[in-house]
Amino acid sequence: MAVKKFVVGCFEDEKVLFPAVSKVRKAGYKIHDIYTPFPVHGLDHAMGLRETSLHTAGFIFGLTGTTTAVSFMTWSFTKDWPVNIGGKPNFALPAWIPITFELTVLMAAVGMVLTFCYLCQLAPFIKKHHFHARATDDLFVMVIECTAKTNEDEVKNFLGQAGAQEINTQIAEDGWWIGTYDKQQKLYKDQVIA
Amino acid sequence: MIKQQFEVTPGYRKWTLGLLGVGGLVLLLGIFFLALSKDEHNQTRFWAVLLQNSTFFLLITNASMFFICITTMAMGGWQMAFRRVPEAISTLVPVFGVLALIVFIGIIFGHQHHIYHWIDKEHVEHDPILKGKSGLLNPTFFFIWTVITIGLWSFIGAKMRKLSERADEAMSLEEGKNFIHANTIWASAFLIFFGLTVGSTIPWLWLMSIDAHWYSTMYSWYTFASTFVSGMSLIALYVIYLKNNDYLEYTTDEQLHDLGKFMFAFSIFWTYLWYSQFMLIWYANIPEETVYFKPRMQGAYKGVFFLNLIVNFLLPFLLLMRKGSKRNFTTVTFVAVLIIVGHWIDFFQMVMPGPMGEHYSLSWFEFGILALYAGLIMHFVGKGLASRPLVAKYHPFLKESIIHHT
Repeated sequence: MAVKKFVVGCFEDEKVLFPAVSKVRKAGYKIHDIYTPFPVHGLDHAMGLRETSLHTAGFIFGLTGTTTAVSFMTWSFTKDWPVNIGGKPNFALPAWIPITFELTVLMAAVGMVLTFCYLCQLAPFIKKHHFHARATDDLFVMVIECTAKTNEDEVKNFLGQAGAQEINTQIAEDGWWIGTYDKQQKLYKDQVIA
Repeated sequence: MIKQQFEVTPGYRKWTLGLLGVGGLVLLLGIFFLALSKDEHNQTRFWAVLLQNSTFFLLITNASMFFICITTMAMGGWQMAFRRVPEAISTLVPVFGVLALIVFIGIIFGHQHHIYHWIDKEHVEHDPILKGKSGLLNPTFFFIWTVITIGLWSFIGAKMRKLSERADEAMSLEEGKNFIHANTIWASAFLIFFGLTVGSTIPWLWLMSIDAHWYSTMYSWYTFASTFVSGMSLIALYVIYLKNNDYLEYTTDEQLHDLGKFMFAFSIFWTYLWYSQFMLIWYANIPEETVYFKPRMQGAYKGVFFLNLIVNFLLPFLLLMRKGSKRNFTTVTFVAVLIIVGHWIDFFQMVMPGPMGEHYSLSWFEFGILALYAGLIMHFVGKGLASRPLVAKYHPFLKESIIHHT
């Protein structure tokens, strides 16, 4: 896991936050994330985040559910154990629709929840670093990731001018998925030693 | 340059007149070769096609007023940027209502008993099922209820459009509150009556009574779903048309996205009702119920029956699933046309197997009447749009629509 250095700026108001986001992006700083007490409409767009691929995953999970249901029922009712039920054909597609639908929804839902947890790096045994406790209450917390070239004070001044109320530097672990970050870039600690 | 006031362009007028010309010609030919023919089969074809088109198009234009009232009741503001479009479409309700009434008069006084068996008094006397239903299925009740229905749809619709005109002038906070209140009252009146008509009785009388021995409790909702999804598609088509011609400045991809969601969701809703109706009948397999599906699924209507499912479920479902495609003008236009034609075919297979039996046709007359109705829609919606500013500038909810974000 990688330990990195972050500059954290806290905003009291959405109206200040939005222009600040565009200023920070124009200046070329890398926004690690913005933590808000509630979903803010249009913030993802302002941050320039790419469209999530969660729904594509959902479609694939759903399709898996559909094929699983249809192929299993086809196999069991026509090949493995054909039974005459009320004179209906063994391949009784209309009767299978509810089960097909349910399995589609089940697989899509469960699959998407798990994928969501992976994408957001959420699991019961993971301790996530909180940049500011009030981010869950009434504060908009913008976190900027520092690289070796970043001038910390410059970023702090910049955030102050953009309207941040409370600014500090934090060193935190980021991410838990095995290997992902280690491959991406050198550890912050290693960078400091080098 | 954004334009506030819709003007009918020469191109639009050319298409309208073209469709009306073709449709009118086909109608004349139909009167000469089908309605006045000695052959009863030809007469039945003439009236059955008119019945299919007049009910279908009346119900999809009325779906626009339903959309206006349901969003009013829900205090929805997002549709305000294009609300004049469904208002303009709903001006067609009285026109298509009168046309439908003429068709019903033609069928019942012309004694087209191949379409409505229950108008044949002698036959009803010897038919215990039809006799049992004769309290509902008789010409007197049919006409009284139909006239009340069309009258009230038109009247409350006109009232809602009249109220909307108030929003062209500035209003104070207090006036705005009263305005919303008045809208809510009339919208709720419309919706209650809509439930009593489209939600239940009207599809029984106009369409289900073609197969008078058969019944289904899903039928009215099925008809409602079919016409509502087509109505939303029609609204989407006009919104895109206006948007492409630099009107509707406040309508953005966000509103189009929501219209696309309606088309997507109600295509699935329609399929759900289609399946609920079909599945129980298929499973129970009782002859008096399966009689409805026998000619449709296994007889001469097999192609139309499965085409119906593909066009109205599979294609909208797959084509509109992505977010990007709901925001894409070309895709939404394509799917909207697909849905409207698809549900026109849906109505075709609802109406035809009863009167026409195995020898139905889907050729010059059927498509000609479709063109006639398309021309009428273009003419009257164009007129309705041009009669007022395209955006109700002082509506209290307009801002909500402008900043709308899905």
